[in-house]
Amino acid sequence: MARAVSTRRTAVFTIAAWIVALIIFFPILYTIVTSFKSETEAIKGFNLIPSGTVESYAAVQAQSNYFKFFLNSVVISVGSTLLALALAIPAAWSMAFSPTRRTKDILMWMLSTKMMPAVAVLVPIYLIFRDTGLLDTRFGLTVMLTLINLPIVVWMLYTYFREIPGEILEAARMDGAGLLQEIVHVLTPMAVPGIASTLLLNIILAWNESFWTIRLTTTNAAPLTAFIASFSSPQGLFWAKLSAASTLAIAPILIMGWFSQKQLVRGLTFGAVK
Amino acid sequence: MATENTRGLARLMLAPSVGLLLIWMIVPLAMTLWFSFQNYNLLNPGNVSWTGLFNYKFFYTDPAFFQSIWNTLLIVGGVLLITVVGGIAIALLLDQPMWGQGIVRIMIISPFFVMPPVAALVWKNMIMHPGYGVLADINRALGFQPIDWFAQFPLLSIVIIVAWQWLPFATLILLTALQSLDGEQKEAAEMDGAGFVSRFIYLTLPHLSRSITVVILIQTIFLLGVYAEILVTTNGGPGYASTNLPFLIYRTALLGYDVGGASAGGIIAVILANIVALFLMRAVGKNLDK
Repeated sequence: MARAVSTRRTAVFTIAAWIVALIIFFPILYTIVTSFKSETEAIKGFNLIPSGTVESYAAVQAQSNYFKFFLNSVVISVGSTLLALALAIPAAWSMAFSPTRRTKDILMWMLSTKMMPAVAVLVPIYLIFRDTGLLDTRFGLTVMLTLINLPIVVWMLYTYFREIPGEILEAARMDGAGLLQEIVHVLTPMAVPGIASTLLLNIILAWNESFWTIRLTTTNAAPLTAFIASFSSPQGLFWAKLSAASTLAIAPILIMGWFSQKQLVRGLTFGAVK
Repeated sequence: MATENTRGLARLMLAPSVGLLLIWMIVPLAMTLWFSFQNYNLLNPGNVSWTGLFNYKFFYTDPAFFQSIWNTLLIVGGVLLITVVGGIAIALLLDQPMWGQGIVRIMIISPFFVMPPVAALVWKNMIMHPGYGVLADINRALGFQPIDWFAQFPLLSIVIIVAWQWLPFATLILLTALQSLDGEQKEAAEMDGAGFVSRFIYLTLPHLSRSITVVILIQTIFLLGVYAEILVTTNGGPGYASTNLPFLIYRTALLGYDVGGASAGGIIAVILANIVALFLMRAVGKNLDK
């Protein structure tokens, strides 16, 4: 910047930005605040200072075994992400480093599978799951989420791998490195940051997926999305309990999300915006 | 240079992903297409017969069908309007010098990481509830009657909730694009005496156009499929007032047990999504050639 920015201007922008940010963040903030209230306190009208009780958290765990749903969410989102990575790393590697003239078509085709509306295949998937006993199993849901996120994972990895300079590979080959050594000693260390951010983004997407996780589960394999959705029918005084359940459901992902802001843009635009 | 050997291996490494996605794409879609021509009700599974285009006709003549298409378009259009205009405004603001920018950014992107059922239920119960919601508290404090959002404005309420979830996405992408704008160009324009408005129209907006396109297309794909937000708030009602196409298909399939009818609806949803997809693929494909 050629000229100094005046303090007054900065102050004006700061105030405006903070007001906007607080309004947007308010529903989350108020949920966290309410989770530390008692049920009677929660419906007493607007109040940003809770009594600090954790009884709602205890009640959610005691009444509906909250931890089970949490564990299901962890197993399904982490499991489907690892499975998708195992499939996608070799695929993205081969397309980035041994491209053929069909590589672009394959990439575009993979992207196009993402465009299929989930609801269009609800009936067949439901029937297949019912007939094969996969309904309400963690395994079934893990496979499902692997499939729907696989295109994004391949794409993200591909855009990262493509940035690894080819000259380094040439040099390694000159030194007589075999393909396996090339992958293990040269590519992997350079690819780790890309793989890590892909992993993070995909866990977020899988954790929040709210169509298949709700429709294909009932009790055993139900993750947090399905559990929270069960609060849609009012059940007496449940404001504080809903807040506690919601806070626990979004906290881990919120924190992961803050760390992956930059990758988010890249991952969700399929590398179109960096 | 890749040898024949590595080339074969490369193909082998690609095969599992391609194979799985091929199955995932073809099998269920073929089944949907097949079911859409069948008279198939889950309550009477022994009696399945070919009905030709009857399901499509039935779906097409159902008054709920046109309302659901209209609602789908209203949700997509409404959310796009709010998120793109709001996203540009907030991105411009975030691009200015300020204190605590990191925290401001974190607060603004947070809604994107909130799972849809939580987002919808928090808005429904904590914010928009006519008895205990914050908006009702504000209304009462100002001496107005609280609004029963989901009874009086069901579709608008859903648009607001979904827009809240997607505003961070639009903001983040537009901000990323904004930050790549050449500072010298901006300064040159300022030197030439271009005011904020003309700078915005002739310099910033053209620079953002590509990102705006990407935001619109990607959001449209997700917005065409809004489901959980409706399920946990209005359940499609009152009547069909907030039923969009995915929700109508879900109702037909899992509440009406009508496999044939739901499949015909599914095929219509695929056609709708494909029209959008065509444009998106073109935009993304262009980037690949660079």
